Amino acid sequence: MNLSHHLIIAPILVPLATGALLLLIDERQRTVKALVGLGSTLLLFVVALGLFRFAASIDGPEAAQQGVYLLGNWAAPFGIVLVVDRLSALMLVLTATLAIAALIFALARWHTAGAHFHSLFQFLLMGLNGAFLTGDLFNLFVFFEVMLAASYGLLLHGSGLLRVKAGLHYIAVNLAAALLFLIGVSLIYGVTGTLNMADLAVRVSTVGPEQRMLLEAGAGILGVAFLIKAGMWPLNFWLPPAYTAASAPVAGIFAIMSKVGIYVVLRLSLLVFGHDSSASSGFGLHVLLVGGLATITFGAIGVLASQALGRLAGFSVLVSSGTLLTAIGMGSAGITTGALFYLVSSTLTISAFFMLIELVERGQDAGASVLAVTMEAYGDADPDEEEQEGDLGFAMPGTMAVLGICFAACGILLAGLPPLSGFVAKFAMLSAMLNPIGGDTTATIPGYVWFVVFLVILSGLAALIAMTRSGIRTFWASMEGTEPRVLVIEVAPVFLLIAATLYLTVQAGPVMRFMDDTTRALTTPQQYIEAVFDARRAGVPGTEVQP
Amino acid sequence: MEFILSLGIGVMTGSGVWLILRPRTYQVIIGLSLLSYAVNLFIFGVGGLKVNAPAVLQDGVDISAYTDPVPQALVLTAIVIGFATTALFLVVLLAARGLTGTDHVDGREQP
Repeated sequence: MNLSHHLIIAPILVPLATGALLLLIDERQRTVKALVGLGSTLLLFVVALGLFRFAASIDGPEAAQQGVYLLGNWAAPFGIVLVVDRLSALMLVLTATLAIAALIFALARWHTAGAHFHSLFQFLLMGLNGAFLTGDLFNLFVFFEVMLAASYGLLLHGSGLLRVKAGLHYIAVNLAAALLFLIGVSLIYGVTGTLNMADLAVRVSTVGPEQRMLLEAGAGILGVAFLIKAGMWPLNFWLPPAYTAASAPVAGIFAIMSKVGIYVVLRLSLLVFGHDSSASSGFGLHVLLVGGLATITFGAIGVLASQALGRLAGFSVLVSSGTLLTAIGMGSAGITTGALFYLVSSTLTISAFFMLIELVERGQDAGASVLAVTMEAYGDADPDEEEQEGDLGFAMPGTMAVLGICFAACGILLAGLPPLSGFVAKFAMLSAMLNPIGGDTTATIPGYVWFVVFLVILSGLAALIAMTRSGIRTFWASMEGTEPRVLVIEVAPVFLLIAATLYLTVQAGPVMRFMDDTTRALTTPQQYIEAVFDARRAGVPGTEVQP
Repeated sequence: MEFILSLGIGVMTGSGVWLILRPRTYQVIIGLSLLSYAVNLFIFGVGGLKVNAPAVLQDGVDISAYTDPVPQALVLTAIVIGFATTALFLVVLLAARGLTGTDHVDGREQP
């Protein structure tokens, strides 16, 4: 038990302390607030990288035990645990990357559009990090609610009719989802008598047939709560309006929020229903597969039908979620590896795209875009559309060219064309679908797999068509549009995220090996379970508490 | 007692579901509150119902004389979180009423 072990709780404590500290600083001292927030986010990124390096080096039970942090120093099934493994460390790094980009973007002007932006932002990060780290179902609920409560505030940041209307629906849907979460958790507790995920994974195979139905009902209700968050059709009608209405940096960080649902579904389905021995093994995979396909279809149609760029991005979130759910639903390790790569790549892309949209639309003639845009997306004029805040950086030279390049990069990433990481991700998934046993050409591929391949490629085509159409209208056909005044620190985050996808492409080999190790750890949860149970309590050297 | 508890949960859930499907924001928030009460009772119920049983263990007393403490802790957390989020929803509801001039959930009256 050395000091570096306490690093595990830092991704929760750092934003909590910073968010609370920021509440005490007067709202007029914007520079101080911005610096404190940025410092905390950078620190978070360093911590996440440290945990990532640690997680990537986990190679045995001893190292895996080091990744378990006993909150309150109670042994595993009784106390709440935090667990760092490859998947959670990966999500932490992804969150911190998006957070840095979104925060830098917000510093240009958005953080002054309302009160307590920085505190809410830190609390959102706390909720996200906690949800990724926790190894306890009810603790997951608590972190979910922390994240959601912060997101309610952030969605309304900047106020305005459009945001309040979208926010009302968003909050109502998520409150209902939270109630489903509670019902699911309590049913599972009622049947198994535990809330610890590792303990649950052990006990699930001992549940008798008469109780199994109740357990599966609980798991199903719990799954619905996560799928609402992930945006599976038909539970996703709230998502595009909410993400479109959010201010650009908020939408940028919201890109990871739909992935929290995906993360939990992936984690729990593989941990609890992953073993072959249990009678419930593979529970719910069909629902994920069919729901994922329906989500891709709905998202692709939405992408094609979107007039406004904001809605296009909102529906791209759904396409991304649908692809991931389908991949998880197919329940094969190779596809999951590709899906993890796709998760990282598409989250970075969508976050960059949300921020880019605001810059691009800033230059467009307001009258023209109202005509082009559906009414509910642009019900009102942006209240904070004044040109000001020249003190935070230089205006970008050659704005339209730079934005055009970023836009093209986003289009390529969303469509999954070479050379960027969107292509690598989709290629990895599709090749795993078509080579289930790895190079065995004689094996027949079931019909539904062809359908999945068809839909995934078609959704890429839909994204390409929509992006090309919007790109032509925005960059080539806008005669009367004025050159938008874009600051360097607004383009920099977009560049940062696109550079991250470029890094993923160049380093695709090592990254894919890491994803492969992640999948292997997820599909063989024994190591995770043993690590949680064997974690040593502080101050009690050598005592190992057996369940 | 099981019958009364399940009846209470059922009635509150039924009313809550009906209310959150109504078009007025005030009905929605009352519906969500009723649903959260029903869920809280439900959580309480999964630990098994016992009367006059303590939740804190003492040495030398039979374990069957105790009630399960975990659901009580869960209910407590759920109540606090539900209360906070409902209060937050109330603020948004008032903001929407002020901005749109109507209490319809879509921000405009149906024709």
